[in-house]
Amino acid sequence: MTSAVSFQKVSRHFGSVRAVDAVDLDIVPGEFFAMLGPSGSGKTTCLRLIAGFEQPTSGSISIFGERAEGVPPYRRNVNTVFQDYALFPHLNVLDNVAYGLMVKGVGKPERHKAAEEALSLVRLPGYGARRPGQLSGGQRQRVALARALVNQPKVLLLDEPLGALDLKLRENMQEELKSLQKALGITFVFVTHDQGEALSMADRVAVFNDGKIMQIGTPEDIYQRPKTRFVADFVGSSNVLPPDFVQLYSGQHRWGSLRPESIRVGRAASGEGVSARLVSTNYLGATTKLALDADGLRLHAIVPAGTALPVEGEAVVLTFNREHLHLMDEPA
Amino acid sequence: MRSDRGQSAPLSLKVAAACGLLFLHLPLLLIFVYAFTTEEKSFVWPPPGLTTQWFAVTWNRPDVWQALSLSVRVAAISTAIALILGTLCSAAVSRTKFFGRETISLLVILPIALPGIITGIALRSAFSLADIPFSFWTIVLGHATFCVVVVYNNAVARFRRTSGSMIEASMDLGADGFQTFRHVVLPNIATALLAGGMLAFALSFDEVIVTTFTAGQQQTLPIWMLEELIRPRQRPVTNVVAMVVVLVTLLPILAAYYLTRDGDQIAGSGK
Repeated sequence: MTSAVSFQKVSRHFGSVRAVDAVDLDIVPGEFFAMLGPSGSGKTTCLRLIAGFEQPTSGSISIFGERAEGVPPYRRNVNTVFQDYALFPHLNVLDNVAYGLMVKGVGKPERHKAAEEALSLVRLPGYGARRPGQLSGGQRQRVALARALVNQPKVLLLDEPLGALDLKLRENMQEELKSLQKALGITFVFVTHDQGEALSMADRVAVFNDGKIMQIGTPEDIYQRPKTRFVADFVGSSNVLPPDFVQLYSGQHRWGSLRPESIRVGRAASGEGVSARLVSTNYLGATTKLALDADGLRLHAIVPAGTALPVEGEAVVLTFNREHLHLMDEPA
Repeated sequence: MRSDRGQSAPLSLKVAAACGLLFLHLPLLLIFVYAFTTEEKSFVWPPPGLTTQWFAVTWNRPDVWQALSLSVRVAAISTAIALILGTLCSAAVSRTKFFGRETISLLVILPIALPGIITGIALRSAFSLADIPFSFWTIVLGHATFCVVVVYNNAVARFRRTSGSMIEASMDLGADGFQTFRHVVLPNIATALLAGGMLAFALSFDEVIVTTFTAGQQQTLPIWMLEELIRPRQRPVTNVVAMVVVLVTLLPILAAYYLTRDGDQIAGSGK
């Protein structure tokens, strides 16, 4: 099957900066694909390479089997939802949504009808006559989405689309985007720096750092089985364990990771385990996060609320199921 | 520190402000009044009598019409040149980064910062060096140097407030470069261009110094007025023309002010 988007050794350099460095990538048609990484990691440049706003310095990109290098953005069957929405302030909502059809020469009644339908799809029916300036952030976001979807793109690119929304709205939009994607069957490529967002929405996640992809996999893969220290640390702040420590428990001299929720914290007298000292506790509502110091090694543990907690500074013993200790590919 | 709101200013301040305004605008009124005087050889106060005959006299003087038509044509063409070059230049400077961008920006603005006499002398010697005879077009070129600046300044200010991703969004939605310019860029900078264009027209219309150096035998309206002041004959004709000039330049500037009052200032209006 042809990939929706395929990168072969794609690089994009800005002077001496390697924004994207020899990236290989295959996005399956109809999947919800997230590009996750800190700012400056190259994820947005990758998105712009797909949209056509950037051209690769080397390597090749194909979109549904067609070579994309040198094809301008307006000849690609790909649409983008911009981070700042980029709505046209001089047009009303309906004309904003109908813009793509207008420049393609679709007649006014027809394109307005399609735009109305797209607005219903994003649950903004009847908002057509308003100006973008009269809408709230969440509504503008939906208009931007409708404006992209009305063109029936093969791939929809979303550049941190939820970044400007408040928490409650963001959670609603996450669910809505997900169900919209399932209903339409369009390939979504989603850029975010929020690991929670990537894990909860995407079918697959690519973790970026320094212009390279560190790991591609399902959210579970990425979360449970990080391949490198960076992934373990960036996605869900796993405990990264040094090779010497890992060797004691697995017999292999490799970097390991251990999820904070896999660590059990017991009283010092309660038996065998890693002896440590409780540095601080951080109450998070449903859980409590503990910062621990095990002979110079900083560890975090998450325990459910209501657990009897040692006091700060007290000596404790840490135990964990050895199956939960994950060995990473990264060489020691 | 600020004065308390709601408390009225002291009487002395009000009087001072009124005097200031009167000093600025009373001479203008005098010019209007003298357009109706019956005394044609010198300006005497109070006017011995009032008449509207000078309007008819002005209407029938071919030299007035020639000067007026030359001024309008020069202003219109200089403004057109300024609109095209100013828009292109502001787009280049604000939409892309390139080596020497700041320098180009400065060089474009320079003609309005330079005294007109410098621009005038420079152009005059350049024209004679290049063996270009003084003509209608040398005036137009001279005026275009400062007309470009006001268009450029207005357009750059507007481009700065226009989100760059809007142009990318338009391309993304299938519009090519021309369609993007026509449907997105132009509507967003239109009022800035209108304001800049009208200001450019007004600047060109009453320009004297640069024109003196770049004109041959032709007389633009302001130059015609200067010459007319020396002559003892039909003096109020000048005043009638002055009234027209005030109206022709004031109306566009007022319109430009209202079109851009929320946001951009009319840059370069101090020339």
